[in-house]
Amino acid sequence: MKRFTDLFTRLDQTTKTNAKVDALAAYFQDAPETDRLWTIALLSGRRPKRAITTTYLREWAAERASIPLWLFEESYPIVGDLAETIALILPDATRESDNTLTHWIDMVRTLPTLDEAQRKAAILSAWDQLRAKERFVFNKLLTGGFRMGVSQKLMTRALSRATHIPEPDLAHRLMGDWRPETTSFDALIRAPDPETDLSKPYPFYLAYQLDGGPSSLDTSSNDWAAERKWDGIRGQLVLRGGQHFLWSRGEELMTDRFPELARLIDYLPPGTVLDGEVLAWAEDSPMSFNLLQKRIGRKTVPKKLLTEAPVILYAYDLLEWQGEDIRPHPFRDRRARLDDLVAQVPSDAPLRASPLLTFDSWDELAAIREKSRKYNAEGIMLKRWDAPYRDGRKKGDWWKWKVDPLTIDAVMIYAQQGHGRRANLFTDFTFAVWDDDNLVPFTKAYSGLTDAEFRKITAWVRKNTLERYGPVRQVKPEHVFEIAFEGIQESPRHKSGVALRFPRMARWRHDKPLAEANTLNDLKEMLAAYG
Amino acid sequence: MADPVLTFTDRGIYCPAADVFIDPWRPVDRALITHGHADHARPGMARYLATDAAAPVMRHRLGDVAIETTRYGEQRRIGDALISFHPAGHVPGSAQIRVEVGGEVWVASGDYKVEDDGLSEPFEPVRCHAFITECTFGLPVFRWDSQPTVAGQIDDWWRRNAADGRATILGAYALGKAQRLLSAIDASIGPILTHGAVENTNEVLRAQGIALPDTIRVTPDLDPKDHPGALILATPSALGTPWARRFGPASTGFASGWMALRGVRRRRAADRGFVLSDHADWEGLNTAIRETGATRIFATHGYTSIFRRWLDSQGYDAAVVETEYEGESVETQDEA
Ligand SMILES: [Zn+2]
Ligand SMILES: [Zn+2]
Repeated sequence: MKRFTDLFTRLDQTTKTNAKVDALAAYFQDAPETDRLWTIALLSGRRPKRAITTTYLREWAAERASIPLWLFEESYPIVGDLAETIALILPDATRESDNTLTHWIDMVRTLPTLDEAQRKAAILSAWDQLRAKERFVFNKLLTGGFRMGVSQKLMTRALSRATHIPEPDLAHRLMGDWRPETTSFDALIRAPDPETDLSKPYPFYLAYQLDGGPSSLDTSSNDWAAERKWDGIRGQLVLRGGQHFLWSRGEELMTDRFPELARLIDYLPPGTVLDGEVLAWAEDSPMSFNLLQKRIGRKTVPKKLLTEAPVILYAYDLLEWQGEDIRPHPFRDRRARLDDLVAQVPSDAPLRASPLLTFDSWDELAAIREKSRKYNAEGIMLKRWDAPYRDGRKKGDWWKWKVDPLTIDAVMIYAQQGHGRRANLFTDFTFAVWDDDNLVPFTKAYSGLTDAEFRKITAWVRKNTLERYGPVRQVKPEHVFEIAFEGIQESPRHKSGVALRFPRMARWRHDKPLAEANTLNDLKEMLAAYG
Repeated sequence: MADPVLTFTDRGIYCPAADVFIDPWRPVDRALITHGHADHARPGMARYLATDAAAPVMRHRLGDVAIETTRYGEQRRIGDALISFHPAGHVPGSAQIRVEVGGEVWVASGDYKVEDDGLSEPFEPVRCHAFITECTFGLPVFRWDSQPTVAGQIDDWWRRNAADGRATILGAYALGKAQRLLSAIDASIGPILTHGAVENTNEVLRAQGIALPDTIRVTPDLDPKDHPGALILATPSALGTPWARRFGPASTGFASGWMALRGVRRRRAADRGFVLSDHADWEGLNTAIRETGATRIFATHGYTSIFRRWLDSQGYDAAVVETEYEGESVETQDEA
């Protein structure tokens, strides 16, 4: 545990990418092999499940620290993290041990098989032999909330440096349905056998935001293909060995959530992998994201929902063809094969190719982009005709050129403290618009300001609290913020009757007097225009 | 009924028997000052009374003001009160103020810590009936490592930076924390450069006979290349500014009790956070309070309502004293 905790501390102590990669690469060279595998698992989101309810942990920690539970509960929100609060509050360990990370994870995994008294004994014993920072790591494993501030991309780079295996190969090996409990460092990293995991997806290629518009690209518009940027769920459909697997961008298997895609096994040959957007679909156009949202988060789908919001895969790329990884081929060729493939599928099957847009100039494309909202699209995707399908977020070949967000000027009326890094700052706010002389709350937002602005508004909130409701403070209506958002929908659940998509604080309008904030009528007009 | 020994007013803690205020935040005629930090020693008082060790810094910060001085333990009568100053261990010259009226003793702690930092006059428990305690770190999550342990961590970090050809920039409060660090770290590792605000305070303290290792003031014409492997002692606000960038590749650190919290440490965006405070930790507060023998406790400066409830559960008659300024809350992260 000491080696892993040292790694954790070194990663935690720096914001510099190189230092993080150095620390990780060194770890991947000298840590015990099972610990390396578990570290890869933790860093790629394969955490052990939460083994115990936090209620017990709080009680046991308070008891061990000889403090009343209420005092623990008061301390927790100030620290902002349960695992850390426990680690800080416990008395020093009385014993020493140096077990591996794997040892402790195994211990955590056996907890569900023990009765309450045994669990308590096991956890108290662990707390009593781990040093303060190790305890924090251990508690993170217990509570299932482990994050280390290292992206998969950085981890892959470090692993590549330690193993001398090229990054793209590693990125692919790390994808899919593997579990640290059932594989080994060798089987996963050093000598993978492609037959062992038919479901294994390819790393998604992610586009960068094109801030300056396409004229900043410095090449002719002829070099680029364009499609609409659909507002659905990015998905990779893997068809191999007579089975199909649908992966989300977050490497989650979504196969069972969208059962209608199973039909595609009948029309597409095994050894086919498609990249596209899962969309709720009516006749010949996508429905709003609102309808698709009902399908997200449902493991099984009731019949009614299947007819109300049927989905299709709107495919835009072909990654594997006849069992061959064709990602290195230019987009032009991949797209041509994709179109051939889709043409063989009956028109009522849940697969279509996302249409390519025709345009002769950037200006023409800009005009097409303006109509995005009408098509339930978020903007334009640009893909270089000559480009291979890359992995991860790499600049240059794919760009997203989003429509400008909708904006409204609103008054801050409630504030709440943030969590984690922003605990003790007020970061979660509720905003309102005018309805005659009343302020009607219509959205929350918690991002978009700089740390300095958050500090400033925090100081202001402290001095201008009108009333407290638990963690929420009602504040004096005084500050106007420009709220940016991607979409607006009718919502009977909200007092204002509307719900916003991705609301955030775009600007603090120091220049705007309170009375000039927008009105509920303005919101309703937006709903009529874009809802 | 007679007035209480001390009362709490909108100008600060007031002693009716002596007609004096302790650390007032608005102008008054006569102010007893626990120590020179800006949230305790404010400008605008007609007369000040402080320890002889605190006075030079106060003059440096407040300019030409009327300061009468007293030695620790020296008792003086003001009106109907007997008043004396006792070491608080917070920074050099810092004091708890003992006020006795008609045999009843109250003590206002000011800021304090119980660990001997080797620089400040060590904290002395003062028996009293009522104790006004700060509780900046009045939560059980705050437990300090000993000063040698933390100094060792800083030394290791500095040594490693020096070996790797990086400058070491350490942010610390200019009065107290900076000098404590100077006297605790291993000055043989390399040269020590100081920010002007730190060095000004160093000069004041050296002049009153406090020994500090040699330091070099950072001036506009100083060339950092002339001082490889240096530790640069800066004010917290200088971190991340052009002033700090002139030293080239550097590792930055920050020393404060708030660094115990990972969230605060990360928000600070320094490479390293060292947990070192001039305030008492949870254990320190509880020990200090116990040793006063007081039954009435007033909590001020910090997590007052939580700490009051805790004291209440421990059998004390505890109350909260509101202060006008939340100068030391976690938002500011500095410890005055
Ligand atoms: Zn203070
Ligand atoms: Zn102070």
